[in-house]
Amino acid sequence: MVDANQEVKSAKPVYRNIGLAQLVKYRLPWAGKVSILHRISGAVLFLMLPFILYIFDQSLASELSYQNFQSITSNVLVKIICLGLIWCFLHHFCAGIRYLLLDLEIGVEKHEANRSAIVVFCIGVALTAVVGLKLFGLY
Amino acid sequence: MPIYQIGPKRLVVGAHYGLKEWIIQRITAIVMVVFTVVLLVDYCITGSATYEGWAGLFSNQFMKLLTLVTFISLFYHAWIGIRDIWMDYIKPVSIRLTLQVFSVLYLVACAAYAVQILWKV
Repeated sequence: MVDANQEVKSAKPVYRNIGLAQLVKYRLPWAGKVSILHRISGAVLFLMLPFILYIFDQSLASELSYQNFQSITSNVLVKIICLGLIWCFLHHFCAGIRYLLLDLEIGVEKHEANRSAIVVFCIGVALTAVVGLKLFGLY
Repeated sequence: MPIYQIGPKRLVVGAHYGLKEWIIQRITAIVMVVFTVVLLVDYCITGSATYEGWAGLFSNQFMKLLTLVTFISLFYHAWIGIRDIWMDYIKPVSIRLTLQVFSVLYLVACAAYAVQILWKV
């Protein structure tokens, strides 16, 4: 029995200074997935800042530019890009609030932290779906 | 004296290094949460999306200043996050420093554009 347990333990791969090839096979816990998605969504928002500011500019500058804003955002490709950015914002927002709560030592226990990571991921996707349905005029 | 000590006082690594950035990232995050709530509440009250309503909201001086503070918070927050990414993944100092400089210039340009947008309305 003891031997069997030890065998199971030794079969589990141990990574130190993980490489790219191992990264593909490595299964992150939910908190890890939410964390790397937090980083990726933040980086995407950073890179898309000029686009976001341009859209904001067009929506605000004048009546005429507002019409331009409407015609830009009625394009399906632009809508898909916007929906991607909306997911980035919502995920970054929800995961960020989770970090603020963790900083206040709320939900730092292992199973709680795992559950809150799943909740954050699901809320991000669900809110994106709600906004997406509105964006594509389904309600 | 440890060998990584640079200058008479400053340590490049060690306790409290990065604490300022850490706390600024959290404060700026809270500012952005507040702004998001303000926008959501406005959307819930006005209900419809028209140019008059949207431009009217941002022609208000208080909203202009709140939006500018939020934008500055956003760019500072982004700087800390992007700086962390460069520090984590880019090891050669020359490339990392170049990327950091371009990130700062990019964000300053974004801030200038944001001011221009807000004070046109």
